[in-house]
Amino acid sequence: MGDLTLAAAKVEPKSAMQGRGGYRNSIVLIVLVAALTLSWAPAEMSRWTYLFTDAGNMAQYASGFLRPDFSDWRYYLEEIVVTIQIALWGTFLAVVLSVPFGILSATNMAPWWIRHPVRRLMDFFRAIHEVVFAVLFVVAVGLGPFAGVMALFIHTTGILAKLFSEAVEAIDPRPVEAIRTTGASRVQQVIFGVIPQVLPLWISFSLYRLESNIRSATVLGLIGAGGIGQVMFETIRGFYYSQAAAILIIVVLTVTLMDLVSQKLRKLVI
Amino acid sequence: MIAVAVSNLSKSYGNTCALKDVSLTLARGEMVALIGASGSGKSTLIRHIAGLEAGDGGAGRIEIFGELTQSAGRFLRRGKRSRVAVIFQQFNLVGRLSVLMNVLIGHLGRTPRWRGTLGLFNRAEKAKAHKALERVGIPQVAAQRSSTLSGGQQQRAAIARTLVQEAEILIADEPISALDPSAARRVMDVLADINAKDDITILVSLHQVEYARRYCRRTIAMRDGAIVYDGPSSALSPDFLAELYGAASEELVLPDIPAGDQTAPLAESRKRRATLLPA
Repeated sequence: MGDLTLAAAKVEPKSAMQGRGGYRNSIVLIVLVAALTLSWAPAEMSRWTYLFTDAGNMAQYASGFLRPDFSDWRYYLEEIVVTIQIALWGTFLAVVLSVPFGILSATNMAPWWIRHPVRRLMDFFRAIHEVVFAVLFVVAVGLGPFAGVMALFIHTTGILAKLFSEAVEAIDPRPVEAIRTTGASRVQQVIFGVIPQVLPLWISFSLYRLESNIRSATVLGLIGAGGIGQVMFETIRGFYYSQAAAILIIVVLTVTLMDLVSQKLRKLVI
Repeated sequence: MIAVAVSNLSKSYGNTCALKDVSLTLARGEMVALIGASGSGKSTLIRHIAGLEAGDGGAGRIEIFGELTQSAGRFLRRGKRSRVAVIFQQFNLVGRLSVLMNVLIGHLGRTPRWRGTLGLFNRAEKAKAHKALERVGIPQVAAQRSSTLSGGQQQRAAIARTLVQEAEILIADEPISALDPSAARRVMDVLADINAKDDITILVSLHQVEYARRYCRRTIAMRDGAIVYDGPSSALSPDFLAELYGAASEELVLPDIPAGDQTAPLAESRKRRATLLPA
């Protein structure tokens, strides 16, 4: 069937394709402009001038951060390691579950009666913010890092399953077909035909989510899920801006470091 | 003994009729060419025999060694596919896996399910794969990623995969049209060798009649989804082809291929084909 549609597309004269594409593009553009215009007032975008007229307030607030105080750096490092560990477990569990969920929500892998329920479940996971999940889990498992792990795990599963399934939908179906003709089972077709094709992308997505989860794990500290975030919000609430500045710097350095490490990892695997 | 029997097979995609009431039989041990211009239904027919697609409902049936595989648009036995091996125009290897692994995939239908799923092939199976690679003349590339191979090597690796599969029937969907002439000849030689020595029935679709005449005694010609000729390849003279295909026959005919340099005439025929396309 694919061959046939492909052949049909080839035969079609080029000008017609461009014409239809141009028509569609202008509709997309109009819709986008309309959406932005309608959203201007509700989003209070007209206050953008305040960024300049009241910049002094910001400068005053920011000046508190100008002299970072690293005297407690050992404590901060310990806590940021906890944050990384929360992100690591949350991401790991999410990756493990996203493999089956991602495959089951791909159009070219699963029939609609499996695909749609799985996709709706993933929508649900994704639609609710980590912080909301964290509050829920704090109630269930108590204050501390584990609530953070669970929150990241659920939310990241929703995101990664979607990204994974999009990668699966973009594969070349022909090797999979070839494997099918050898008498391989469905699972074997996926393992030998699909996964080798999507693995580089899946690894990239997973490493990217690990980075983002380190950031998110910091925010989760806000509602008592442990790690550096908790320390940071305590210092901010206590107006210890120079300590908060030191913590911010450490967080930025950590995320940068993770970026470098994940780049190396990606090169190693791909 | 009859290896493949197709009877009254039709297939349409929307309003396009890809196969019109096709019937054919292949005897065991035959090597048959399937020719026709692009869009004549060769690939569709092959995909049906391979069990990758089911025909329209109605009288269409396909039997492999007397066993019904599909009837009236429904598959009848699933999973026991490995008797028919398929070679594709674009090789369809998994690019990121090693050549050896790609060849071992051919064994999945025979390896116990759990071991195959985990990719734990034993020593005997690996030895078999190495032997198959030797047979097709590329033992040195076993450990390489298959995407690093040239087209001809990839096609030979794909043939090795079918050897490991130990299929009794091999169908090849334009196996040489993506290859340069010398690689094409090597691939056709390997196919002819398998046919002669292993008694494997081969159906090979070809774009060029020259290869059909050189390698296959019998040729089946298709046009617009129907079989228009089934008989000895030697009868396929340019005049006869012109009668079958009209102006489109130019696409199928090459000047007789000399043993030496063949790039020039092929390039020429490509040019001719390109000028024909817009019409």
